Amino acid sequence: MKQRNEQLPPGIRGFLIRMGQIDRRWIYLAVAVAIAAPMLARLRFPEVPGRMAHATFDAIESIPPGSRVLIAYDFDPASAAELEPMANAVLHHCASKGHRIALMALWPLGKQLADDAVRDILLEYHPDKVEGVDYVQLGFKTGNEGVIKLMTTSIGEAYAADASGKPITKIPLLEGVRTIGDFQLIASISAGTPGAQQWVQYGDSAMPDAFKFVAGTTGVQSSQLLPYYPKQMEGMLIAIKGAAEYEMLVTEKYPVTRSADRLALGRERMGPQFVAHLLLIGLIVLGNVSMLAARGWKGAAR
Amino acid sequence: MLQRTIPLLILSASGLVLILSYFSPITETWSEQVVSWFNILAGVAFVLGAGNLLAVNLEKISSKRPGWAYAAITLVSFGAMLVVGLSKWGSVPDAKYPNVHLAGSQDSTQAGYGWAYEYVLSPLTATMFALLAFYVASAAFRAFRAKNLEAILLLGTAFIILLVQIAAGAFLTNWIPEDSFFAFLRAESLKAIVTEVFQTAGMRAILIGIALGTAATSLRLILGIDRSALSKG
Repeated sequence: MKQRNEQLPPGIRGFLIRMGQIDRRWIYLAVAVAIAAPMLARLRFPEVPGRMAHATFDAIESIPPGSRVLIAYDFDPASAAELEPMANAVLHHCASKGHRIALMALWPLGKQLADDAVRDILLEYHPDKVEGVDYVQLGFKTGNEGVIKLMTTSIGEAYAADASGKPITKIPLLEGVRTIGDFQLIASISAGTPGAQQWVQYGDSAMPDAFKFVAGTTGVQSSQLLPYYPKQMEGMLIAIKGAAEYEMLVTEKYPVTRSADRLALGRERMGPQFVAHLLLIGLIVLGNVSMLAARGWKGAAR
Repeated sequence: MLQRTIPLLILSASGLVLILSYFSPITETWSEQVVSWFNILAGVAFVLGAGNLLAVNLEKISSKRPGWAYAAITLVSFGAMLVVGLSKWGSVPDAKYPNVHLAGSQDSTQAGYGWAYEYVLSPLTATMFALLAFYVASAAFRAFRAKNLEAILLLGTAFIILLVQIAAGAFLTNWIPEDSFFAFLRAESLKAIVTEVFQTAGMRAILIGIALGTAATSLRLILGIDRSALSKG
């Protein structure tokens, strides 16, 4: 049987084969343009909130105003581009709903990211919130899953004081709080270990009906967490798309009038992702067409 | 005796207490104690880690091994952050104790530590992570070839995920009526099929395997059958 590549004119076949051996620096340049151009043009696309974004939104909406919420910043600046937008939206959502928020970090640099969020989101959009009453920054604690395990029996053993050194017994928000079971919802914005998986394994599993648990995660980590949804995790935001969808839901219900860009980071970053994904698809197609041109259909399937 | 038996006894006792704490409220407070010890040890591990970092890099510099200059940069950066952090250089005075230098805050960029975090560490780590996009694109172009059935399945899945993660997926498939027989071809349905059926099934199997393996290994360690953790290695 005649192979299909033999039907191609030699010029086209040669061109396709050469394209398959393109220097990687051209690919790097194409990626740089695909990311930079939509950023500069502030390209945005409409997002349709999916089931998981709705589930996360509903979990935070369903608890009564004034509930205690614990947000764990389990990531660092390396993943901030992907996770900061959803962390901002969760914080704004909880504050808008009137929940009392405790912030903590299992990653050393998570505390700084939580501080930034308090400054840029909490105090920017909710200047009436009072430290110690409406929110508290517990800070970073070393010990990974050990910290979570300890918090299931005694928060005071893990955090004797908040990040500013104030004993937690003197913080009104934490009055009567003994374990994480005294929070109505826990959200872990997680880039790896320790993170959402450990919160499920050591926190949620120790007291399954005590609190709702939602997570925000990077795209790479999502496959490890999907088995826990929706039983152990009521909601889950996956990567920048999850952040963009959730941002839409939050800002539709709780709009802000100034500096709104801080709550649109996810949607803004979907522009570069859109073009980069299309480029990636194009590159994969090109690579395969080139392979077919070089080997023919039969050769390719060997 | 000191090197093997006592550590083994500590290991077994800690493991047993943590297991029992799940089944009996009496041992719950014991578990708190053990976890507190673990957290203290984790803190000490930071110091050990720093010591190890110094030893490894100093050895690399002294023997002029390839890349020794990077080891020098690592040590200089480590030393600079340590000095700036511990001395609280440039920290913002505390409102309650303005005359106590060590009570000051290092969070703002006015402080050396805050400045280094904001303008050095944060952009550097973000840059490292961002470079992945370039490598992934190059690797996908060169390696993602439909050479056999497994590769074709992988390629098909990648195409679906790449498309449904952007607005193009919805744009291309939204014309399919939601109540039709072909509704499963809509972007959100395809994503749900891939992630919540195939991926979740595979991951659950892996997780159950890991859990069984962890339980078996833990029992071997607690019972002292596996003593590899105590070897000097």
